[in-house]
Amino acid sequence: MARVVVDVMLKPEILDPQGQAVANALPRLGVNDVTSVRIGRRIEIEFAGEPDLDRAREIADKLLANPVIEDFALHVDGTVETESDSQESEPAEAPA
Amino acid sequence: MSTRVGVVTFPGSLDDGDAARAVRLAGADAVGLWHADPDLHGVDAVVLPGGFSYGDYLRGGAIARFAPVMETIAEAVRDGLPVLGICNGFQILCEAHILPGALIRNQHMHFRARDQRLRIEAVQPVWTNAFTDSQEVVIPIKHGEGRYVADEHTLDELEANGQIVARYVGGNPNGAQRDIAAISNAAGNVVGIMPHPEHAVDALTGPSTDGLGFFTSMLKFLAGAPADQGAS
Repeated sequence: MARVVVDVMLKPEILDPQGQAVANALPRLGVNDVTSVRIGRRIEIEFAGEPDLDRAREIADKLLANPVIEDFALHVDGTVETESDSQESEPAEAPA
Repeated sequence: MSTRVGVVTFPGSLDDGDAARAVRLAGADAVGLWHADPDLHGVDAVVLPGGFSYGDYLRGGAIARFAPVMETIAEAVRDGLPVLGICNGFQILCEAHILPGALIRNQHMHFRARDQRLRIEAVQPVWTNAFTDSQEVVIPIKHGEGRYVADEHTLDELEANGQIVARYVGGNPNGAQRDIAAISNAAGNVVGIMPHPEHAVDALTGPSTDGLGFFTSMLKFLAGAPADQGAS
């Protein structure tokens, strides 16, 4: 199947209040040994033909993730995960 | 004759009506612009209104950024077109990388709707010339994802260049870094603001008329600007 999976996560230095709220709820389940929860997003892209990792990476970089606040990783569904090169982007510059 | 200010409507825009009304109260003609139409119809300035464009799917502003009208606006910005992005409009400008940084979920996870005190930090020529330095104003906020974030280097640069246009005072409503409520681009023609100046233009319907200053500033700027303006 020509499916590419993109995982988008907030960068480690960006506070994730949603994850914190979940972490804070865990003691109510009797879970007391969790130190952190962070929440991301999984996106599945179906290609008509062969899965195209380069195109998927471009889609992830331009639309699925905001490189100012998020990192992404992608892999072809069913294969071993390959970390993407979601490289540190330089600070977005406003055009003059 | 009179100045024409475009107000963009995206699917899911909410405050385009109020923004157009603010433009009219300030003394200009409001021109409706449609997200799918790349033509700016010769407007002299543009307001990107608040709301939930494209349902805020993915991230606020992430899909609106690719609307045909935004491509034209991004080009016109480079030629100096004054643009004010309010709330969702601010998010769109950040997603389009026309303004630096990003707006993420409020730190406390709650939607905040209240009248908010702000301090005008930069009396800049295009959008805030009607205010005095450090003037405090009251303008409503209403957002769930208004927490401004950027890396420290970007924040320092904004401070150094006088691009922080307004800060929250009397309590930061969303956890924004350095209490940032509004910023401009380096050239100063584009401002993004999380509070809603278009809701503070009339004593009957708003907590103040402080918001009108943003619109009258821009009209004063355009009146004094060389007449080579005019997006085609």
